[in-house]
Amino acid sequence: MPTFEAYEGQVPAWCPGCGNFQILSSLKQALVELDIEPWEVLLVSGIGQSGKLPHYMKCHTFNGLHGRTLPVATAAKLANDALHVIAVAGDGDCYGEGGNHFIHAIRRNPNVTLLVHDNQIYGLTKGQASPTSDQGTRSKVQPFGSLSEPMNPLALAISLDCSFVARGFAGDPRYLKELMKAAISHKGFALLDILQPCVTFNKVNTFKWYRDRVYKLEEGYDPSDRLKAFERALEWGERIPNGIFFKNNRKTLEELVPVIREKPLVRQKFSPEETKRELEKFY
Amino acid sequence: MDYTLRVGGEAGQGLQTIGGALAKVFSRNGFHVFTHQDYMSRIRGGHNFYQVRFSDRRVTASRDVLDILVALDLNTIETHRKSLGEEGIILYDSESIKKTFEEPEFIDVPFKKIALDVGKNRVMVNTVATGAVLGILGMGLEALEGILKTAFKKKGDEIIEKNIACARAGYDYALSSCPRCEAFRLEETGNRKLMLINGLQAIGLGALMSGCKYYSAYPMTPSTGIMNFLASKAGEHGIIVEQAEDEVAAINMAIGASFAGARAMTGTSGGGFALMVEGLSLAGMTETPIVIAEIQRPGPATGLPTRTEQADLLFVLYAGHGEFPRVIFDPGTPKQAFHLTNKAFELAEKYQVPIFIQSDQYLGDSQWTFEGFDPGRLIYNDYRLREADLEGSGEYKRHALSGTGVSLLAVPGEAGKHLVVTDSDEHDEKGHIIEDSETRIEMVRKRLLEKMPLIRKEMEAPYLYGDASPKIVLVGHGSTYGVIREVVDIFSKEQKISMLHFSEIYPLPESDRFDYLDLLENADLAICIENNASGQFAKLFRAETGFEFTHLITRYDGRPFTIESLKEDLHAYI
Repeated sequence: MPTFEAYEGQVPAWCPGCGNFQILSSLKQALVELDIEPWEVLLVSGIGQSGKLPHYMKCHTFNGLHGRTLPVATAAKLANDALHVIAVAGDGDCYGEGGNHFIHAIRRNPNVTLLVHDNQIYGLTKGQASPTSDQGTRSKVQPFGSLSEPMNPLALAISLDCSFVARGFAGDPRYLKELMKAAISHKGFALLDILQPCVTFNKVNTFKWYRDRVYKLEEGYDPSDRLKAFERALEWGERIPNGIFFKNNRKTLEELVPVIREKPLVRQKFSPEETKRELEKFY
Repeated sequence: MDYTLRVGGEAGQGLQTIGGALAKVFSRNGFHVFTHQDYMSRIRGGHNFYQVRFSDRRVTASRDVLDILVALDLNTIETHRKSLGEEGIILYDSESIKKTFEEPEFIDVPFKKIALDVGKNRVMVNTVATGAVLGILGMGLEALEGILKTAFKKKGDEIIEKNIACARAGYDYALSSCPRCEAFRLEETGNRKLMLINGLQAIGLGALMSGCKYYSAYPMTPSTGIMNFLASKAGEHGIIVEQAEDEVAAINMAIGASFAGARAMTGTSGGGFALMVEGLSLAGMTETPIVIAEIQRPGPATGLPTRTEQADLLFVLYAGHGEFPRVIFDPGTPKQAFHLTNKAFELAEKYQVPIFIQSDQYLGDSQWTFEGFDPGRLIYNDYRLREADLEGSGEYKRHALSGTGVSLLAVPGEAGKHLVVTDSDEHDEKGHIIEDSETRIEMVRKRLLEKMPLIRKEMEAPYLYGDASPKIVLVGHGSTYGVIREVVDIFSKEQKISMLHFSEIYPLPESDRFDYLDLLENADLAICIENNASGQFAKLFRAETGFEFTHLITRYDGRPFTIESLKEDLHAYI
């Protein structure tokens, strides 16, 4: 049985009061409660404040490039599907720079958990609008306010028949942990978008702003109804639902790749002898 | 004997079927073969050709002068008639192209009529034409029958029999209607069969036989053949071949799979590689072994998608921000491509660096014959550490300063409780982010300064062919090997001439085993021959060695050098 301490990594270099702290502790707690050991987990991250999270934990880590979290995570999962592969990204990272990979990861459906630290702002580059910023968000780069419609990651994911779509809030770590456990336990690609206030650069979407609006999807909500899920995903403004919006039982990519049905790729021994007959086919 | 056959027509007319079948018939009959393809970037129509040179001695390049032209359309006759040699003949079907030629070099074979009469299907035109070529050569139909049986196995016995009957009818017709074809009658070559393989297949085969378990790519001409080959072997040999959403994903996937413990490779052409550059740098920083096949076509931008050029060398050499080691191989033959792909996997794993197999459309699509490849020369060392390897050792540190430039490489999840951590940020020995200058210096020293000299010692000396103390040295790299070699043969009757061919081009090999600089300095003429406009290899060579070539011969029309064209270029200096 793993302990919370076993997951303890370096001291975080995030701003005091940052929503990332709750995400970090919720994730550690979720893994402990799921009885997953650090050496059974591969955390893959990109760039941004979210990208640093793996360093503040103890597990296998690949901290790669901005937006490229999902291709690395997908391939790592294919290479060793015995690992729990968890991808950590930010809203700029995953929905901006990595938007294309986000779409195609959903299509492929690897059994990978994607946690998106969504603070509706670019924190690491000091406060520009992100793909999820509300229209009109002002910054040094957007003096007239953000001119684009915000992206709705949940609605997009549901429209692509994503295997698991949920939203949590860093200000409610207990519930967030439960959502993380559900996402990690889910078989298939699981998106958990996490509302995570940036206390330094986002003066609009603060802890209070979210707290005033966030509510949990009602008991008896049916996450298998895709159209209803889509409808609820569009709800944003005065009231913002949290919870598991949508789930399905699509086959995972690993289940569909015949060559890893018996055992993970990394456990398959290679012997040059066995490939020699291929030479004969060229005569 | 040394014949050149060109099959010309529109895309979609079956040039590859005819050319490919003939190349295989010749190699199965023991003849040496060299084929190359010239095709347009379109799916149907246009003008394409498939050229097959075959001989009783080794051939390694294409000639311009034709002995047999198979014309499937009128355009082929108009375009290529002037290339016909003195004894040459043109096979065509006057009914199909709606024009009759009376000149003695023309042989009118009713391809379509025979296909309809004998095979009851127009599609069999290609089989008739293939049979007709063999009739002209009087080569017999045994090998072709074998090829047809394999090709149509899935379609059933009836289709096989009809195709064989069509081949026979084309054969008999050509044999009886071409008295002057007596000149083409071939000698027996004995009972040997030769291996026939193109550059892309050789790279794919090299990867397969080196334990490549993961290949991700976005399809791009002319590199797609590697992906096709590996995908066709995926089920039998346990390889995952993933078609990525773009080249950015392709290289990051290869890195992810390699980090997780599988030998991984990606492949593309210049435009796709432009997108991979960021990932290349990531492989450099995280010291993740990957092999990248960069199969060149002319640029910039989309350029000439189906043509050939050697103009990405300096791009690949300098691609990626920051400083990190890399290796570039540029094979000259499919056999070298096979062994260098194997060496790429070996060195990538040993030194944990990205390694390039750089080639081009010309070598990629060219088929060559060989007595065989020697699997005994293949290297396979598993450098990855698992639980037993790390038993009793202290905490595993992915980027440990070992003093040898190389940190141990463990497999996440397979190494017991040891954790594998890496980062695209500068990191400490454990793989965690740092910003202090001392660690930065230590890491750069390990990653780059300590590794590069070790890698350089692994590079093989260039290949010298011809005179051992030449007055004229023709220097080439990669796909120009074959044509330079044949041109050296031609000139060596009157000159002290040799070829110096580089296939392991970065880092350049040390000169302790073979002082190639001394050889160049002692020659009167040192001519660098390149399939690009600016002489990129010459620039690399000067930057690394200080040696300046006396002359440069370049070709940048998107086509490969042929024996005749290179000979003519050389006449300006020799």
